[in-house]
Order: sequence, then structure tokens, then C-alpha cells
Amino acid sequence: MAVITIDKVSRWFGNVVAVNDVTMTIGPGITGLLGPNGAGKSTLIHMMSGFLAPSSGAVTLDGAQIWRNQQVYRQIGLVPEKESMYDYLTGWEFVLANAELHGLADPGAAAKRAIALVEMEYAQERQTGTYSKGMKQRVKMASALVHDPAVLLLDEPFNGMDPRQRLHLMELLRRFGADGRTVLFSSHILEEVEQLARHIEVVVAGRHAASGDFREIRRLMTDRPHRYLVRSSDDRRLAAALIADGSTAGIELDTAEKALRIQAINFQGFTTLLPKVAREAGIRLYTVSPADESLESVFSYLVSS
Amino acid sequence: MNTTVARLTARGLFGRRRILILLAVPVLLLVIAVIARNSTLDKLELAHSILGNLALGTLVPITGLIVGTGVIATEIEDGSIVYLLAKPLPRWQIVTTKLAVAVGAAWLLSALPTYLAGLILYGSADGIAAGYAVGTLVAGAAYSALFLLLGVVTRHAVIAGLAYALIWESLIGNYVEGARTLSVQQWGLSLTQAVAADGTVTAPVGLSTAVWLLIVAAVGATALASVKLAGLTLNGEE
Repeated sequence: MAVITIDKVSRWFGNVVAVNDVTMTIGPGITGLLGPNGAGKSTLIHMMSGFLAPSSGAVTLDGAQIWRNQQVYRQIGLVPEKESMYDYLTGWEFVLANAELHGLADPGAAAKRAIALVEMEYAQERQTGTYSKGMKQRVKMASALVHDPAVLLLDEPFNGMDPRQRLHLMELLRRFGADGRTVLFSSHILEEVEQLARHIEVVVAGRHAASGDFREIRRLMTDRPHRYLVRSSDDRRLAAALIADGSTAGIELDTAEKALRIQAINFQGFTTLLPKVAREAGIRLYTVSPADESLESVFSYLVSS
Repeated sequence: MNTTVARLTARGLFGRRRILILLAVPVLLLVIAVIARNSTLDKLELAHSILGNLALGTLVPITGLIVGTGVIATEIEDGSIVYLLAKPLPRWQIVTTKLAVAVGAAWLLSALPTYLAGLILYGSADGIAAGYAVGTLVAGAAYSALFLLLGVVTRHAVIAGLAYALIWESLIGNYVEGARTLSVQQWGLSLTQAVAADGTVTAPVGLSTAVWLLIVAAVGATALASVKLAGLTLNGEE
């Protein structure tokens, strides 16, 4: 069993604190590292993959320090975010070189197996420089898997992938998770993380904002107060009917905008209530738009709670 | 030595268009030697100018700069070094392998052409060609090691290396006597003097001083590069 432990870890660059007193444990199965851009996800992954020293605290793999310890790479497979990967090599040469660098007994067989795993045999004789983003991602995966590692770290693996490639990669990662490997990937898209990860760690502005089962995180994210802007055929009557229900905390009649500003408490409750109330009262809804659905507002809510 | 690292490094170094520039300079040196061969000027003077100033003083440091930084700085710059470093390989092994490729390339592109230019220009008399060949061999190796270190410690390795080669060695080293003791070019010249016939070459730095400083510089730079590579940090997203 391979477990990565991040213990009271901070990392600063000059005056900028990129990661602030984070403690988390990443065990077998798939973990999603979720957070907006610039939250410190890459900094955390760089520390977990031994390419950055923590300014304070410790990052360990099964108790062994990762920084300046190249033996950990026997267990870690890393899929970096950057795309550059010896463009002059073919896919096959690249994966084979990675197998050789690991000192595997039969690098040819290992490379063959890894390429088959990501289904890249059809393009293995082409130079990686000619690959599409999704193909590069898959060959990078093959290079990370060539030594059959217990831990797989992926930095924004879905960036720039088309939906088909995305599904394929998700399926692949699910398989590794099911095998009992420790798989950690970072993303700034909740839906992506939710589809794949059983366990989610959320980082916002360098801080560990939430940790747990995706349903729990989803609930945290959806149960926050939501603001809506609603226009209807009879705003006043609609407001009166809505305020009677428990899922609404406040309604403001904006006469300038000719709209209702509604603060809902319960996301699920409110979204089913609104059309029901409108229909029963014979009111037509013209506009229903969420006022603060940006990812940043969702995350900042998580941090403050 | 790690053959995979060597293979990747050599392909990265020679597989790019840069190699054409690298080849153009030694070819130019040979052309100059052929032209000078028919000159009526003093042959020994010419040999010192072409083999000493041009080859040892300019060709060798520039080649050393290009191959020394080329074997590692490019990979660090574009991030592909990650694939070498995320492996259970001792860092000194990566550094020494890359250094071996750089030294081999420096010899091929500067020491060998210098020797050939010496033979064309002066024949094998007085050990002049052999002397400058030995001088460029050791200087090429030392430059490769120093510039490889620069490639690991700074993202501006080429600029820093150029500044060292041009300002320190060519400018200050030629006018300030003390600076010559700390000049790779002068160390190379000491070995040239040792190999060439007595009285044909004058070197300001004593042989034993030069040999020791060469060893200290090359070994020290390689050791430091290994340590620095083991602590190589990737830029965060911030």
C-alpha cells in the first residue's frame, strides 16, 4: 500500500505563500486535487513528486522523505503538465528510453505493455513532436506507467483534451484506481473531479479548504446561499409566493432592473420550487439566472465556511 | 555512464540545426589554415595566431559553451529533464554521462580541427600541432564541465558563459596578469608549451599549477552540478 503524507507543509517563493500549512493523506484509489488556477495544486504535486522542497513540514511516501530521494521513483509515476518530451523521439523510443532509465530487466517488454495500456500502438513509430495534445498525454502516461508504479501523479491531465480523449483517460485512471494504486490528479473543474474521484481534496489560495467524499464536497458547494436574478410576468406576486417557502432566505425587488434578486438557501429545494410556484400562480418566468456561479465564488465560500 | 542518457543527450545535441553552426566554425578554421599555409609570413607567428588565439582562444570556449550548455540547459529550460530526473538514477551519473557527451563533442568539433589545422599549417614539426591539440583537448574538457555547471545553476547559462569567455578570458585575461592564472585558455596553453618543442610556445601559467587548476575546476564543477541537479526545482504555477 502506497500512501503519500503531507504533514503541515508550507511552501513560499520569496514573499508569496503558495501552499499554507497543508496536511493531507493520499491513499490507494483515485484522489482529485481540486482548486482554481493558482491555488497551489502544481506546487503540491511538485512537492509530492520530489521536484520542490517544502519550506516547512514534510512530504513522505510510506514514511520515506520524497525530496532529494531518487529511490522513491521506483514507486512513483509522474505525468507532468508540461508537454515538452524529447520531440525528436518516436513514441516507442520515448517510452523505451523511460523503461531503460528505470533499469528494468526487460525494457522492451515493459514499453510494449505500457504503450498497449494507453492504446498508442498505432502511432508509436511517429515522432512525439507530431502528436496531438491528447496523444502526448497518453504517451506521457505510458512513460509514467512503464515501471508499474504504485503511485501515479498527474498534473492537470485533462487540460486541452477533447471529450473522447477525456473519457478514455478517465477510464484508464479508473482502472488504475481499481487496481489499488494511489492515483492523484489535479484539476480546476469540479465536474471532472467528481466524475472520477471518490475522494476529493480542495485547495484554495494555498490553503486546504475541504477534504472528503465527493458527495460531501458537492453538498458543501451546492448548499451555500445561491443568488438568482429572476424576471417574470408578475415579480411581486412571485416574491410573495416564494418567501413563504423555507428554501428562500431573502428577496429584493429591484425596480431599476425590473427583476427579483433572490437569495436561496437550499439549491436543490429552490430550483424545484421556483418553477412549481410560478406554474401554480400562473406567472411566466422570463429570466432565471444565477448571479454568482463563478468557480472563484464557490471556492471562496468553501474557504470561509 | 548511462547509455540511455548518453543516447538521448547526443541526439538532442546533434539532432538539431545548431549542429550546422557547430560544424561551420571548425570548417572555417581549416579553410584559414589552408590559406595561411601559402602565406609568406612567419609560420610560427601564424601558428600562434591561428591555433592559439583563434582556435584555443575563441573556437574552444565557444564550442565548449554550446555543447556544455546544450547537453543539459535545453532540457532544463523546456522541462523535459523531468523524464531523466523522475528515475532512480544517481544524479552524478546523469551529470557525468552528459559531460562525457559534451567533452566528446567538444573534442570532435574543436580539438580535432585544431590538430588538423596545425598539421596543414605547420606540419608535425616542433610538436606545435600536437601541443595545441593537447591544449585544446584539456581546455575543451574544462570548458564543457564549467558550462555544464552553468547550465544547471542558471537559466541564463549562455549569456553567463559568453560573459565569462569574452570578458574574463579574452579581455581581462589578456591584460591583467593575475587573471591569467584563473583562465582555462591559459591552462590549455601551459599544456601546449609542455608538449611543444622548447622555446616555441610561451605560457604564463606554470605546468603544475595549470594541471591542478584544470583538475580542480573540472571535478569541482562536475560535483557541484550533480548536487545542484539533485536539488533541481520545477517552477510552480504561481
